[in-house]
Formats: sequence, C-alpha cells, structure tokens
Amino acid sequence: MSLLQIDNLRKSYGDKVVLRDIDLSVAPHDVVCLIGASGSGKSTLLRCVNLLESIDDGQITFDGEDITDPRVDVQGVRRRMGMVFQAYNLFPHMTVLRNLTLAPVKVHGVSMDEAVARARLLLERVGLSGYEDSHPDRMSGGQQQRVALARAMAAQPALLLLDEVTSALDPELVGEMLGVLRDLADDGTTMILATHEMAFARDVATKVCFLDDGAILESGPPTQIFGNPSEERTRQFLRRVLN
Amino acid sequence: MLATTATVVFFGALTWVITSSPGWPTVRDSFFKWDEAVGAWPTIIKGFGLNVTMFLIAEPLILVVGALVAVLRGTRSPALFPLRAVAVGYTDLFRGIPTILLVFLLALGMPALNLTGVPTSLFFWATVALVLSYGAYVAEVFRAGIESVHPSQIASARALGLSEGQTMRHVVLPQAVRRVVPPLLNDFVSLQKDTALAGAVGVFEALFASRDYGNYHFNFTPYVVTAALFIALTIPLARFTDWLGKRARARMFSGGGR
Repeated sequence: MSLLQIDNLRKSYGDKVVLRDIDLSVAPHDVVCLIGASGSGKSTLLRCVNLLESIDDGQITFDGEDITDPRVDVQGVRRRMGMVFQAYNLFPHMTVLRNLTLAPVKVHGVSMDEAVARARLLLERVGLSGYEDSHPDRMSGGQQQRVALARAMAAQPALLLLDEVTSALDPELVGEMLGVLRDLADDGTTMILATHEMAFARDVATKVCFLDDGAILESGPPTQIFGNPSEERTRQFLRRVLN
Repeated sequence: MLATTATVVFFGALTWVITSSPGWPTVRDSFFKWDEAVGAWPTIIKGFGLNVTMFLIAEPLILVVGALVAVLRGTRSPALFPLRAVAVGYTDLFRGIPTILLVFLLALGMPALNLTGVPTSLFFWATVALVLSYGAYVAEVFRAGIESVHPSQIASARALGLSEGQTMRHVVLPQAVRRVVPPLLNDFVSLQKDTALAGAVGVFEALFASRDYGNYHFNFTPYVVTAALFIALTIPLARFTDWLGKRARARMFSGGGR
C-alpha cells in the first residue's frame, strides 16, 4: 500500500509543459530522491504534491484519498505533509520557538505547553537547543534551514517534502543538514527530496528518479540509477554532476 | 565649526534681507506683534485643544479603516467580491475628493438632512471627513505593505496548513505593519495639520480662532502663533519618524534583511 501515488500527472504554465506523464509511487518509510538539472520540474512536482500548484491532468492519491479532487480539504491535506523550501522561508518576525509552535497550536489544536515541549525536542534533534528565543535573521543559513526542517516536523507529518534544502547553503553547512536528514531517514520518516546531493541520494534514498524536461525519464533503486543507468540522458547528467 | 559659521552667516544674511525690505515695518506690526500674540493666546490654545482632540480621535479610526479596506482588497474568495468592490470604490472615491471639499460636504450636508439620530455637530462631521479621506490613503499604504511581503512567506504558511485568514493574521499583516510604520507616521504628521481644515466650516479650532481674533483686531499675529503651535506639535512626530527609519535601515545593513 503506497502512501502517495501519482498517476499520469501533467502540469503546464500557459503553453509550456513543465511536468508530463509523471507516475510515482511512495511507500511508507521510503526516501525518494528527485534528481535532474535545474528547471527539470523537481520543485514543481513537490509543489503539486502539496497542492501549492494546480495540475492540468492526472491524479495524486495521498493516504488513500484523491487529493486532486476539487472538493478536497486542502488544508487538511497540507496538515499531514511537511514542506521545507530552498530559501527556508522562516517567519522573520517570530522567534524560533514561535515558528515551531504556530502551526501545531493554530492548525492542529495542540496545547501551547505541549507544542513548546515538542518544539524543544525537535530543536534538540536538529542540534539547535538553546536557540528557542533567537530570531531567524540572526542565525546562519544552515541553522535557519534546520529550524525550517524542525518546523515542518513539528506537525508530525506523514510525508516530508524537501525542496533543494541544501542548495542555498555554504558548502561547509551542507554536511550538518544532510546529517539531520540521514537521521530522519534512519528513523523511518517518509520523504521526497528534490536534491543535487548525489552522494546523499546514493547512500540514503530507497528510490531515485531522474527528471528530464518535465518527465521522469528513469527511476529505480540508487544502485541501478547510479551504477547502471539505462538512459543516455541519465548517464550524461550523472557524468556532468559527478565530475 | 564650519557648519556653525555657515549657519550664522546664512541666517544673518536672511534676517538682514527681510528686515531691510521696504515693507518690513508694516509686516512686523501686522504679523509679529507681541501684545496681539499674548491677547490671542487663550482663544488659540483653546482652539488648538480641539485640533489635538480631533487628531487623537481620528488617528486610531483611520488605522482601523485603512487596515480593514487593505485586507478586504487583498481577499480572493469569489464570495467576498461585493466587499472587495466596496473597498475599491471607497479608495477611489475618497482619495479623489480634496479633503477640504469632503469636510464641506459632510459638515454642511449631513446636519442639513435633519434626520433623527444623525449628529449635527460640525466637529463630528469634520472628524468623519478626515477619517474617510485619510482612511483611503492609509489603506493604500497598508496594501503596499501587504504586497511587499514575499509570496514565499505565504507559500510556507499555507504549506503548514494555515488558512488564508490565519496566514494574513499571523504571517502577512505583522510583517506588513512593521514595514509601513514610517510612511504611516508621515501621514499622521500630515493629519495633524489637516485638522485645521475643520476651521473652514466653523469649528472653533486654532486656525478659525486666530482668524476670528485677527478679524476683530485687524492683525495677523495669531496666524503666526498658530503656525508655531502646529510646528511644535509635528516636530516630535517627525523626529520620531526619522529615528524609526534610521533604525530600520540599520537593521537591514546588519544582515537582517530578510
């Protein structure tokens, strides 16, 4: 039984088709890495899953529910997914703790005490204990991104969507972020990542999808995609990014 | 040192040019007569109390009207279209009418309707005119603030499951308000002065009081006194605005520019 099932998804902006014939199945505890050049549609695919973008055709089923149905409870769907963005998008006017407790308290009806307790645990988990009262602006990019991850986790989502979460970070900060993601994966968190971190994808992913010009050209376990890709375009891409 | 010298020389020269002009003795007697200033002071200061009162009543109401109209204009739900249309119509209408004209229309027109329950106080209607006129301006300031909040902020709030209203209330508005405080204060400096428009329909505020006194004593000194009072009132707010702007810039440059 898959947690997320995408069938035949199609998305375009005006005349430009940005996603075509997307089929993807994500089982619980899967770590799916979307790889491919910039503009290949990785981010758009994640945004479609979170209903931040409308789709033109196809179907997305999440937890047994057709979430592309126009009558779907959009907020209800988003409540069960966490999303982390490339540019962190923390709320700059709130402390770290407020960033982490906002959704649990306002959306999930968790008591403030419980939300705070949970936020502290999450901060500890991402290595940021003691930053509760800091403002995001005063933190490094790597720290902000880990706060953003903790914020997405605070609602205990069934599925975590990560959109190039290390792309905006200085190289020396990428490692700590990937370390946290690796821990999450080891704990069985289901996630889909759009990423350029090939080493991470090879080590952690249960499934790797190579996107090219809006289509999933090839997908499979990392050993297959990185060790023995069947498509010439995949080979070209990997040669370029691995050298 | 150079600045001091330059200032002294400049204002010295200016004073000389004015005081040596042929008409100066006449001007001095009709605009700067100490006795007249002293004589007019009680009635002017009493009138000025009305200006300050009007400002203090109008300001919070303007903030409420402005914020409400700006938020309404930003809604997207089709069900709210009528309200959106009202908000757009309101801004178009009241930003387009000269404030003084609106004061005339409301203060002279509304009491003339003789409707029971409709106040006949000129002060009341002049205040309403200021609220409506400035509310339209302030709505646009708020709207600019709301639109300056990056769409990614909204996307991340929505991704957390917040509703449209919650996103506006917890994420967009707090950031928008912070950004528009300096321009808002600037509008309030302007509002403080525009309370004098109430004098045009006979509200006994400072300008009307000084005109009244001046007409009886054939002297313009009360106008100068009133001008000095308005300056004394607006300068603190103007300096406060400068200080806020400076602080906001300092924050930007210290790396907190997100």
